[in-house]
Amino acid sequence: MTSKPEWAVSVSPHIRKGTTTAQIMWTVSASLMPVLILSIYNFGFRSLIITLVSVLSCVVVEAISQKAMGRSVTVTDGSAVLTGILLAFVIPPGVPYYLPMIGAVAAMFITKELMGGLGYNVWNPALVGRALLQASFPVAITTAWIPPQQLSKGVWDVFLGSGALDAISTATPLAVVKQYGMKALVQQFGGIDTIYWNFFVGFKPGCIGETSALLILLGGLFLMSRKIITWHIPVSTLGSAALIAWIFGGETWFSGAPLVHVLSGGLMLGAFYMATDYVTSPTLKSAQLLFGFGVGGLTVLIRLKGGYPEGVCYAILLMNCLTPALDEWFQPKRFAPPKAAPVAAVK
Amino acid sequence: MAGTTFAKGGIHPDEHKELTEGLAIEVMPPPSQVVLPLSMHFGAIAKPTVKKKQEVQEGEEIAVVEKALGASIHSSVTGVVKAIEPRPHPTMVRCDAVIIDRDPEAPPRQYDSEDWRKLSREQLLARVKNAGIVGMGGAGFPTFVKLSPPPNAKIDTLVLNGAECEPYLTTDHRLMLEYPEKIIEGAKIILKILGIKQGIIGIELNKPDAINTMNKAAQQLAGKDDDVIKVQGMDVKYPQGSEKQLIYSLTKRSVPGGGLPFDVGVIVQNISTTLAVFEAATMQKPVYEKVATFSGRALHRQANLQIKVGTLLSDVVNYLGGAKDVVKIVSGGPMMGFAISSLDVPVTKTTSGVLFLNSSETDLGEFGPCIHCGWCMEACPMGLSPKEVALYVEAGRGHLTEKFGIFDCFECGCCAYVCPAKRPLVQFARLAKIAIKKRG
Ligand code: SF4
Ligand code: SF4
Repeated sequence: MTSKPEWAVSVSPHIRKGTTTAQIMWTVSASLMPVLILSIYNFGFRSLIITLVSVLSCVVVEAISQKAMGRSVTVTDGSAVLTGILLAFVIPPGVPYYLPMIGAVAAMFITKELMGGLGYNVWNPALVGRALLQASFPVAITTAWIPPQQLSKGVWDVFLGSGALDAISTATPLAVVKQYGMKALVQQFGGIDTIYWNFFVGFKPGCIGETSALLILLGGLFLMSRKIITWHIPVSTLGSAALIAWIFGGETWFSGAPLVHVLSGGLMLGAFYMATDYVTSPTLKSAQLLFGFGVGGLTVLIRLKGGYPEGVCYAILLMNCLTPALDEWFQPKRFAPPKAAPVAAVK
Repeated sequence: MAGTTFAKGGIHPDEHKELTEGLAIEVMPPPSQVVLPLSMHFGAIAKPTVKKKQEVQEGEEIAVVEKALGASIHSSVTGVVKAIEPRPHPTMVRCDAVIIDRDPEAPPRQYDSEDWRKLSREQLLARVKNAGIVGMGGAGFPTFVKLSPPPNAKIDTLVLNGAECEPYLTTDHRLMLEYPEKIIEGAKIILKILGIKQGIIGIELNKPDAINTMNKAAQQLAGKDDDVIKVQGMDVKYPQGSEKQLIYSLTKRSVPGGGLPFDVGVIVQNISTTLAVFEAATMQKPVYEKVATFSGRALHRQANLQIKVGTLLSDVVNYLGGAKDVVKIVSGGPMMGFAISSLDVPVTKTTSGVLFLNSSETDLGEFGPCIHCGWCMEACPMGLSPKEVALYVEAGRGHLTEKFGIFDCFECGCCAYVCPAKRPLVQFARLAKIAIKKRG
């Protein structure tokens, strides 16, 4: 061995924990696969195709944006794939294929790359994509539902024909509640217990990845076990949603049906997968609790009093705006800070 | 036994101690030439007291620091001064060094031992000073200065640092197994110099054998003097052995930012230093030998070596059968040690180990943008915001980071260790400190 400096002389520490950004993104994506499989079972292969279109569009849009802006192309870090999955999961299965493509441009180019790339975006890219589609294609986004278990009735109808879709469109439970009230929903499902069961397991009309509270919960628990997310945001989100729904959701005060709100729409997916996005949620646990409380509360307020049947998307985007402020207000508790600044060292 | 631990943060890196913890300390034969840099540690550069071609004895003083803070340097071999000239240095790039050719005929020097209990505090302190002892764990603060605290400091506890929380290093572990009585006696000498009665030896629970031997030795020697020395197991968690964390773990006292252990009545000594105090007090033997761990999977043979200060790393590597596929050479532990670029640098009084890491052990990948996972904040034992500091530095606003308590950062590396984006957060913290100082 010669003694010319042939070794790396970079700074300490010289050892690193194995986990990388890419591993986190791929793990989160993988934890969503059961949800996708159930969605294919429920709504047919159209779910899968919409998801693939969305993922591919996000990857392509990110790659092109990065090339165009002279950044290095980082699509292998999995974050574009994850955004693609999440974007598909918050739109109905019956939409035309070009919709997720438009959503991908909003998510990856406008929300992420224009703001500086990974880590610099203020809003959750998938949700901005969804919000833009909702504003631009209100009909498609709010009516292209497919009732569950199409698979059993014949996959190819759903897979091939977009004309057939109108006929099988149906309203989501939240829309039913909004328009006709809770009683109508109970009638539709034939009893409150059936509602809970179908909502929890996921047999109901809805967006591609939002129907099964059970599978989302399992995915979330898996992420917690891998220490990728913690309980703070999901629990405070669901807790505050339940609380607000109970207080304001009924015909009289304190008579709402908290579980229906928790289990319906995008709240579970939002609580476990959207509101926990590292980049757009606060870092400290205490700030996360407040953040989650805001998400849950705003969601139910929008559902009850706002113009839309569903409020998760806007609630999270609104709270995203507060994240920088929350990160500024909540500072970690320091270990033995200086008593008086500056302390002269005793020599 | 349940362990004590520090207040917040911390990490559990792979230990890699299995490479050397079972290997008894091995005496490396002295090299034919030693290179003794005139700056080995914290404090002023020493002035040589010998001339070219002069004969020197093993243990003879060859350089002193007269007025300023510092410690004298002793020859580690018997031989002739070949030159006094600039040589590569582990941290300073180059530094004047005394180069001594060893006389191959000269027998190793023998020391007589006497009972330190007959000596006064002042005599003991003078022996510590004459032996050139410095803190052997880190920066190398002169020990006699540390043992002469200002009169207004109310010290009541001596803490011995047997945590050895850095991965790979097993030096203190082996010393505690092989010289438990000498270390306990060393602690008693320090207690006597300080005029206090209480000593606590903190050892991480991954060294149960060391906890046992030290406990036994402490019990055997209990009652000989009017003091109480207790061994305390600590949780295995990095940085259990860093000064503030160690003091909190063992005494639940918090040294405030900008303060010193004195401020909470504690003095911390490292295990090797305590052993050196024992040898200085009983045999008047100066520090010119060092026990250090040579490890890492790129090294043909790993070992805990007792080695002459001034031995070049190239000689050590040859003695250990060479190295291959080296990606990085680190002096000290992998968390806080520094990378070195030349094997022509010598082992100094503060070398606790040298690691030869291959590509499976160290990661040279590029870093990515912060994803705000907050893991760095969870890991920081000081409760700082490493990610914010890094973002400020990247945005050219490093001088505005004082509000994050950046001067409490002691560069332990926990934040950078956990960061999934592999951001060099310690480097960013250093740049922030420099930026603040520049603005005055
Ligand atoms: S290096 Fe500094 S900022 Fe990072 S964990 Fe250690 S003390 Fe905290
Ligand atoms: S650990 Fe790294 S990626 Fe995570 S917040 Fe800290 S600096 Fe950012």
